[in-house]
Amino acid sequence: MTKPLSQKVLNLKPSGIRKFFDIVSEMKDAISLGVGEPDFDTPWHIRDEGIYALEKGKTFYTSNAGLKDLRIEISNYIKRTQNVAYNPDNEILVTVGGSEAIDIGLRAIINPKDEVIIPQPSYVSYEPCAILANAKPVIINLKSENDFRLKPEELLNAITDKTKVLILPYPNNPTGAIMEKSDLEPIAKIIKDKDIYVMSDEIYSALTYKNTHTSIATLDGMKERTILINGFSKAYAMTGWRLGYACAPKEIISQMTKIHQYAIMCAPTTSQYAAVDALKNGDKDVEMMRTAYNQRRRFLIDAFKKMNLECFEPYGAFYVFPCIKEFNMTSEEFATKFLLEEKVAVVPGSAFGECGEGFLRLSYAYSIDNLKIAIERLNNFITKLRKQQNINK
Amino acid sequence: MREELLAILEKNSRIDFKELAILLGVSEEQVLEEITRLEKDGIICGYHTLINWEKTSIEKVNALIEVKVTPQRGQGFDKIAERIYNYPEVRAVYLISGGYDLLVTLEEKTLKEIANFVSDKLSTLDSVLSTATHFILKKYKDHGTIITNNQTKDSREVITP
Repeated sequence: MTKPLSQKVLNLKPSGIRKFFDIVSEMKDAISLGVGEPDFDTPWHIRDEGIYALEKGKTFYTSNAGLKDLRIEISNYIKRTQNVAYNPDNEILVTVGGSEAIDIGLRAIINPKDEVIIPQPSYVSYEPCAILANAKPVIINLKSENDFRLKPEELLNAITDKTKVLILPYPNNPTGAIMEKSDLEPIAKIIKDKDIYVMSDEIYSALTYKNTHTSIATLDGMKERTILINGFSKAYAMTGWRLGYACAPKEIISQMTKIHQYAIMCAPTTSQYAAVDALKNGDKDVEMMRTAYNQRRRFLIDAFKKMNLECFEPYGAFYVFPCIKEFNMTSEEFATKFLLEEKVAVVPGSAFGECGEGFLRLSYAYSIDNLKIAIERLNNFITKLRKQQNINK
Repeated sequence: MREELLAILEKNSRIDFKELAILLGVSEEQVLEEITRLEKDGIICGYHTLINWEKTSIEKVNALIEVKVTPQRGQGFDKIAERIYNYPEVRAVYLISGGYDLLVTLEEKTLKEIANFVSDKLSTLDSVLSTATHFILKKYKDHGTIITNNQTKDSREVITP
């Protein structure tokens, strides 16, 4: 074939973590803190419900929007955790992971040349999805001195008359940052003044360690302009089940449903049956996992303090984002050297946006024993580096 | 902190104060104080080790015995339970609702020793009406720990976004 492939796709950068993946896979006895998914198995009662659905022969398509029972449970869940009501009939769409919701949500609202504001460091798929939807991504470089929270003046500076939507990725992957209600209020005011939409990716909403999560959709006048995205992957340790959802005004959901209908048909049926049980009976599992993550989070923050490694205290998701600027290396150089010399895989912050340069993402979705080994090796590594570079700490 | 502390200790009683303090986000003194209180109040009753005896060459026979008894006036089941739990070979005694009254678990070296305990000691107690003995053939899970296959491998992709 000589005909060229899509230029838009050809221009997309491949994900920045691929290279590390290749090195680690080759390496024996390497340990990884590079994983973006829970280490827990899906709670047994949820798996059992999936198995039961298979045994009963529930193996057909569901309605495009997803099982009615599941949409009702999602509606109940959002009501009891956020106290905001979504109508299961026309304001909820069950998707193949949160990722699909991001993709089709953007596609449903974007016209060519619309601008999508993306705060970074953040999850790797917002920018490519915006580009694929023919939007122009406008990046906000979040600052470590603000604990990577989005500040109103940063948002104001990014808004133009072409701005269509702000992506609000909190609790945040990779930084672990959260936005509290008091942080969201001024943001919501700007969004209403400037009349734009918000896509609020709340996939880590169940994993916060300060206050419980507040969704921007709960603030006055925001529900009508918010696409709330959530899912089962992180809270219920269900990544492989590929199940998420979007909640939004019915005008948006009906357009998203059209794309979903033609591109996907419906989310996996087995997963949907299992997810009904997750929402009905899974609260205590989520709490058990959250407690375990919180212990590991405290362990890492304490370890960084002891080795004098700069790191703001993150209150969400399961990541810490220490600063390695003192070593005068790019985060990719640091991560590569660390992997080759100490056999620990971490993800360079730069994989999540330019402003992630100088930081590393470490996941604590690992057992304490595993984290202890990794921290010991990190300590060896930075002690060695400081000695070589005569840094006194 | 109490519930979280107990949950950690229940899984790993060998963890040291320093690490407990870090995991719980409190000071070492607070941990020490709380554990001392929990021990004093009899909330922490002991620190045991979960052993899979089947993997050793040491023989152990475990039995569950259902016991029907006549409760005694003024003392209910407590007196008879006490007479039973004072035998050191008795591992546990529970008062049970339903078809029988006491569930007694027993660990001995041989089947014969268990048979002797039931026929000579347990059945001859005045208030014991009947017993039914069940032998444990295999332990799959004990104290919340799965003991049949404890080697679980991390099957996640090593790096994911």
